[in-house]
Amino acid sequence: MDIRLTIRKFILAFVGSCQLDDDDDIFELGYVTSLFAMELVTFVESEFGVAVRNEDLEFANFCSVNALTEFVEARQADSGRAPRSIATAGYAE
Amino acid sequence: MNLRLTAEELELRAAFRGFSDKEIVPNAAAWDAEQRLPDEAIAKLGCEGYLGATIPPAYGGRGLSMIAYGLLHQELSRGTCAASSLLTVHGMVAEAIRRWGTVEQKEIWLPRMSSGAALGAFCLTEKRVGSDAKSVETRAEPFGDGFVVNGVKRWISFGEIADVYLVLARLEEGPSTLLVERDTQGLTISPMTENLGLRASRIAQVSLDGCWIPRANLVGRAGFGFSHVVGSALQLGRYSVAWSCVGIGQACLEAALRYSAEREQFGAPLRDHPLIKQMLTNMITEVEAARLLAYQAGQLADLNHPRKILATLVAKYFASRMANRVASDALQIHGANGCSRDYPVERHFRDARVTEIIEGSTQIHQLLIAGYGSQGYEPHGGLC
Repeated sequence: MDIRLTIRKFILAFVGSCQLDDDDDIFELGYVTSLFAMELVTFVESEFGVAVRNEDLEFANFCSVNALTEFVEARQADSGRAPRSIATAGYAE
Repeated sequence: MNLRLTAEELELRAAFRGFSDKEIVPNAAAWDAEQRLPDEAIAKLGCEGYLGATIPPAYGGRGLSMIAYGLLHQELSRGTCAASSLLTVHGMVAEAIRRWGTVEQKEIWLPRMSSGAALGAFCLTEKRVGSDAKSVETRAEPFGDGFVVNGVKRWISFGEIADVYLVLARLEEGPSTLLVERDTQGLTISPMTENLGLRASRIAQVSLDGCWIPRANLVGRAGFGFSHVVGSALQLGRYSVAWSCVGIGQACLEAALRYSAEREQFGAPLRDHPLIKQMLTNMITEVEAARLLAYQAGQLADLNHPRKILATLVAKYFASRMANRVASDALQIHGANGCSRDYPVERHFRDARVTEIIEGSTQIHQLLIAGYGSQGYEPHGGLC
């Protein structure tokens, strides 16, 4: 699935709303609890096979669907790693 | 979901059980009475590699799977929850460093923590701050190439003997985490004894009075201390406590089965009386249910699946309440003997009570789990 769509689906499932534009700031909208912040990091790592490093901890990287998409694309380009979905890791929803 | 343990996990469980039966179970009552998990016992945990259970082999750890790590907690806690609590808090500090620490922090601390040469303690709670940890009052003010830290942390498990403390403090950017070494000037350790449970856990108050901490000891980015660094540590801590509670439940169940077979009343063993059977049935069912939830959390953690966070909350919530119910029933089956320190159920009953408070109280878990109800949790699909 397209990176942007995958991220959007994940966030929408958590916030329980379809009224979210890809540029909406999910932190400003109050959707991000400390647990969801951790879940976002885990999701990005497990779904796209990129490591979230200390220096990546910027609100700007995680604040919207578009921001997360750009972050994932940039990190994949950096590492040259192929996307690795949760399903291919052996977990079936 | 695969409900079978692998051959390696079965082997590890047997080894953990053997260690606990030999080194922990026979000594647990004395350690509780002395309010001290002795240094020699901690050294043995280090020799077995248990203190580095979750630390990657590259840093000298065993790099156990989360399932195996859970089994380790279960078996240690079957002896005493205090031994499991050492691995919990030590493991939480190691996890924070592994996940968010700098290369230098990992190289300095993880090998030493793997062997047990350095013990870690997790400093979150304060006199006026507990569940609302984001309101932490300990302050870190920039000074030179570091910070001056002032504050008092309480109820710190193994704070009495730790070598490095992971301290949550407020910086201008928000809650942040710092590694504070034991020999830091201005650091004072005061043992906190005569507690209800986890009496051997070397609990202490940790006071920081003008402690200067180098910037190099900041773990994670400033302002992300609570959400990410403490969040990662608590995730592992909750998982550890869930399994520890399964261990308490298992110990109480085994004791109740033994006692109810040996003791006779009205001309028959206790276990033949219908109301005792009812209690044993509930105990067996609840222990098994908690173990399954813990397995689920472990499997999701091994896959690094995002739902590991909810699964761990659910496991800890259920298992800690289960441990209290099962310990209470075990004590009831023991009658007056259950109120005596001659029987381990009395100690497990006290320890179980603490598990509903540590690493997030039952009420905080209720708030968090209920929050998932309107945020993507599919009631008919469950977690898997």
